[in-house]
Amino acid sequence: MMVTVFAAASLTDAMTELADEFMMDNPGYDIELNFGGSATLREQLLAGAPADVFAPADEATMEEVESLIAGHPVVVATNHLELAVPAGNRHGVTTLADLARDDLVVGLCARGVPCGDLAAMLLDHSGVVAAPDTEEPNVRSLLLKIENAEVDVGLVYRSDVIGSNGSVQSIDLHEGIDLQNRYPIATMDDAANLSAATAFVEFVASDAGANVLETYGFGRP
Amino acid sequence: MKGISSNDSLPPSRERPPVVVIAAAAVAAGLFLLPLLGLLIRTPWTRLGSVLTSDTVLDALRISLLSSVTAAVLACILGVPLAWMLSRYEFRGRQALRSIVTLPMVLPPVVGGVALGSVFGRGGFVGGPIESGSGLLLQFSFWGIVLANTFVAMPFLVITTEAALNAVNRRYEAAAATLGASGPRVFTTITIPSIWPGLKAGIVLAWARAFGEFGATLTFNGSLQGRTQTMPLAVFVELSDDTDAAIAIAIIMVAVSLIVLTSLRDRWWNPS
Repeated sequence: MMVTVFAAASLTDAMTELADEFMMDNPGYDIELNFGGSATLREQLLAGAPADVFAPADEATMEEVESLIAGHPVVVATNHLELAVPAGNRHGVTTLADLARDDLVVGLCARGVPCGDLAAMLLDHSGVVAAPDTEEPNVRSLLLKIENAEVDVGLVYRSDVIGSNGSVQSIDLHEGIDLQNRYPIATMDDAANLSAATAFVEFVASDAGANVLETYGFGRP
Repeated sequence: MKGISSNDSLPPSRERPPVVVIAAAAVAAGLFLLPLLGLLIRTPWTRLGSVLTSDTVLDALRISLLSSVTAAVLACILGVPLAWMLSRYEFRGRQALRSIVTLPMVLPPVVGGVALGSVFGRGGFVGGPIESGSGLLLQFSFWGIVLANTFVAMPFLVITTEAALNAVNRRYEAAAATLGASGPRVFTTITIPSIWPGLKAGIVLAWARAFGEFGATLTFNGSLQGRTQTMPLAVFVELSDDTDAAIAIAIIMVAVSLIVLTSLRDRWWNPS
């Protein structure tokens, strides 16, 4: 039985492992994964793309496809932003205020993208006026530039730092601001196989699922 | 200069083309027209005015026009000599060089941007020393866009120009040289006029490619509104936020390129 899952790009590694574990425990199920930016996936779903499960990176995106989902979405993970610098922290970045430094190449996500909106809120709360040199349309292109040491400091998700295998290091934010985005998951109303789709969603939302998500840097809701 | 150019063909026929040709041409035309129609249907016409006059779009339009024109000029200045070399001189590695010229056309632009970064980026073996030596930063600047644009656009110019150079009847050049014209004089009075239809097509193609450039620019140069955000980047950013605004910006891009191409058509783009 095939279950097609549309999931946020930031869930790539975690969701792949979740699907593998699920298929191992449930022979006969075949989970097909389609990753993309949450907004891109949303547009595809609204245009009628066939999917059984949707897992975007924030609740706002889920709300926009509310008419297409079955029942209520469940929040399965959280993620928050961290200051990220190329490994070694050559420029001695220590706080959010470093995002205002003129001598550094500073990168943020663009507003309108979940990570950019979250960054704007975070900066707002801390009263830091950042001086970005680039505002990337997605978190992956920002991460790539930090990995290549082209950007000296940026705000990316904690899960991205964990997934970068050591080429990026994070700086603890002592600001004590708890801003996070929450990852919902839901089955689609017209799922080809609603029971299989529901079984997978229940697995992701289970304790075992949360453990997998945790190893990839996501928090428990 | 009409007599010198190789355009000795008959004028367009007034006869009816074969049905098969009409059918295939109609499908081909449809492939271009239908997506445009689709875009027009989805365009939020009432919002077009406010989108067009927003700071984001005015900045992006200015940056896009400036960078794409600069890239087309650079592609011309650098690309014509390259095409000249490829067409007129026998040297080792000529075939290899010819293949490498098409690389930016084959490479996914995003990968092209990564490749540019590893050379001209801050960690690159050219960009790194320049930055530590002079403090100049190509990446994340206007000139970074121009670099990425030139990289992806120049192949179109080199290929069309080389084809035009190959088609030139070289006896005219030889005759002019025999009559005592210097190399540069032959080039400007005989060669350039002869290849002009091909060259201007190459310039237009290079400009259009640069104007629509997205992947290499984003990967190499990032995007900052008012400084490095071009129209395609603005479209992409808006696409994840406000789809209507994204389509409105895209329609403005289509309109600008149509205006540019049709205004060049009479003087430049019309081969006859």
